[in-house]
Amino acid sequence: MTHTLLPVLIMMLIAVVVGVVMLALAWFVGGHARTASKQEPYESGVPSLDENRKRVNVRFYQIAMLFILFDIEAAFLYPWAVIYREASTGAQGMFLFGEMLVFIVLLAVGYVYVWKKKAFDF
Amino acid sequence: MNWNDMIYILPEVILTIGASAMLLVPVTGGRGAKLSAKWMMIILLAITAGALIYCSHAVENIDQSRQLQAMFALDGFSIFFKLLFIGAIAMLVMLSEDFLAEGKYSPWEYYSLLGFALCGMMFMASGVHLITIYIGLELLSLSSYILAGFYKSELKSTEAAMKYFILGAVSSAILLYGISLIYGVCGSLNLLDIAAAMSTIVTNDALMFGIMLLGAGLCFKIAAVPFHVWTPDVYEGAPTPIAAFLSTGSKAAAFAIFARIFYTGLHDFHLEWNYVLATISALSMIIGNLAAITQDNVKRMLGYSSIAHAGYVLLGVISLNALGLRGILMYSVVYVFANLGIWATVLMLRRHQYAGERVDDFEGLSRRSPLWAFAMVIFLLSLGGIPPTAGFIGKYFLFAAAVQAGFGWLAVIAVLMSAVSMFYYLRLVVAMYLREGVEAEFAITTPLRIVAGICLVVTLALGIVPSSLIDQAVLSSSHVAAHAALTPHAGR
Amino acid sequence: MLEAVPTTEAYLMLSGTLFAIGLVGVIIRRNMITVLMAIELMMNAVNINLVAFSHRFASLEGQIFTIFIITVAAGEAAVGLAIIIQLYRLKSTINVDEARELNG
Repeated sequence: MTHTLLPVLIMMLIAVVVGVVMLALAWFVGGHARTASKQEPYESGVPSLDENRKRVNVRFYQIAMLFILFDIEAAFLYPWAVIYREASTGAQGMFLFGEMLVFIVLLAVGYVYVWKKKAFDF
Repeated sequence: MNWNDMIYILPEVILTIGASAMLLVPVTGGRGAKLSAKWMMIILLAITAGALIYCSHAVENIDQSRQLQAMFALDGFSIFFKLLFIGAIAMLVMLSEDFLAEGKYSPWEYYSLLGFALCGMMFMASGVHLITIYIGLELLSLSSYILAGFYKSELKSTEAAMKYFILGAVSSAILLYGISLIYGVCGSLNLLDIAAAMSTIVTNDALMFGIMLLGAGLCFKIAAVPFHVWTPDVYEGAPTPIAAFLSTGSKAAAFAIFARIFYTGLHDFHLEWNYVLATISALSMIIGNLAAITQDNVKRMLGYSSIAHAGYVLLGVISLNALGLRGILMYSVVYVFANLGIWATVLMLRRHQYAGERVDDFEGLSRRSPLWAFAMVIFLLSLGGIPPTAGFIGKYFLFAAAVQAGFGWLAVIAVLMSAVSMFYYLRLVVAMYLREGVEAEFAITTPLRIVAGICLVVTLALGIVPSSLIDQAVLSSSHVAAHAALTPHAGR
Repeated sequence: MLEAVPTTEAYLMLSGTLFAIGLVGVIIRRNMITVLMAIELMMNAVNINLVAFSHRFASLEGQIFTIFIITVAAGEAAVGLAIIIQLYRLKSTINVDEARELNG
């Protein structure tokens, strides 16, 4: 157990040492010119047009929230679709189909609720 | 697998359909709005309970191991807990009436969320596969997060929801990581297969780590020290009926999966985990009870007391014998009824939103309503474990199980801490009987009276004539105990 | 040492690292959205574990569980975002530390 993790430990030590040494060298050897343009995110690029930490409208999160919820349900449809043709023989086929139908209906209940609650209206 | 197998989950199917329908009532036109959400919910719960009893008779003779590819067991253990959950939710529906009558919040959404939470709890009680248990747990947790923040316009409630959500989600992730490691070592997620795999392997680090993470996640769900910090805050901030739900039904469901996982799945590694759990149990009892003494807010006090009660129930898991399993079942019943009675009193004293929850508010209750004060004394004695009440029977079984399993020192701590707990329970009694109260208005409504009456009758009846509960617990736990290779009559 | 297919141990190290990053993120970050992302990271670490083990055992159980976890994680994110929106409406902040109504 211990000897297998030893290389990782050595690597982490080296990483820390290298990082500290490089930062320290830059601090001691390099000059310190604190001008306004030094403080900008892109020192030698085009001046930024806007703040990059702007507040996003809360409505955005509401849409995002609903999107993830309904989007992720496709995760269940894929495995079902892949095995459906092979597994659906006789009564078993109706069962598989019915199961997915139940799933879709439950999703539809959620969709109708969200829709009638006017969460899609802007 | 076919449609006939659906008989096993018929109660859950009915509950899901009903809860979904209730969700849609307020948004699809005005016709449904005339119906009473409360009575619809009561009827739904009654149908669910009926279906559960019908199903339990229908599947009695079927091979237990074949159930839904062994993901879902409809055995005595799960039926016992499911009936308890349905009863607890029915009483919570009665308790919620006043809170919803303020009219700011939609009762239909509230009750449908309670229905979904109940569905999750029922899956937890029946889960014999870690996927089923996890899905049930998440269904319960997600509903609880929303319910804790149900006072949308109150900052306190939203904050409680936020704290509960962050800590709950992190603990779920920790629990899952533990499950994934156990799967990696044992090669299965079914509890029986895990137990079979564990009987053939020797201790290894990955498995130990997995069990520890799983245990940590579960300890969060039952609010055991050191994973307890959320409890008092969430109980204080959440709407009072929801705090009652979190401390009774939701907690009993967590006890159920705790017992199921450790008794059915992990019993072979007993020696590896029992001392860790014993430490957690001792800490929960000590810290929970000592912190409760200093609280002036009754909801916070009940929060700390529920931490201590999680510690007592852990005794049943640690001892890993038939007696301990019976103790868990009985204590869940006893705890739910006594606690709901106290919450009913807190709700009665509540004048608007958050008032009526300080210890001072109980002053002079014996003069204003002698019968209610008497019921309150019985509930408090039951939580403290004093003889003529049901709490004594539950504690007796748990402590005896611990002694039998060689954890005498833990039983001593438990008895000492029970004595400490009487100190703060009696504080309420003193406030009710010996102090002059301000003539504050309070409203004893019929639903509250019914709930308190049921709790009082159950608490006293089970305390004086405990044999029916004991017999039922023995019967219900036998299937699970058999899997844990315990002798069914040990310790009787 | 180089192999064409990563070993299960390699996946375990990856997932352990991701899980640790997530846990540290939850503890030190104060912005609710970041905390939410850290929680998602922890859950995805679990998914990596499950899929790696599932591959090793050639059993589907782990992969099925992964699909369920992905779905639950989405539900959890939705509920979390809803709580954040509510908190923002009431307080105009989503900083965890500034929520101090309850003593704790």
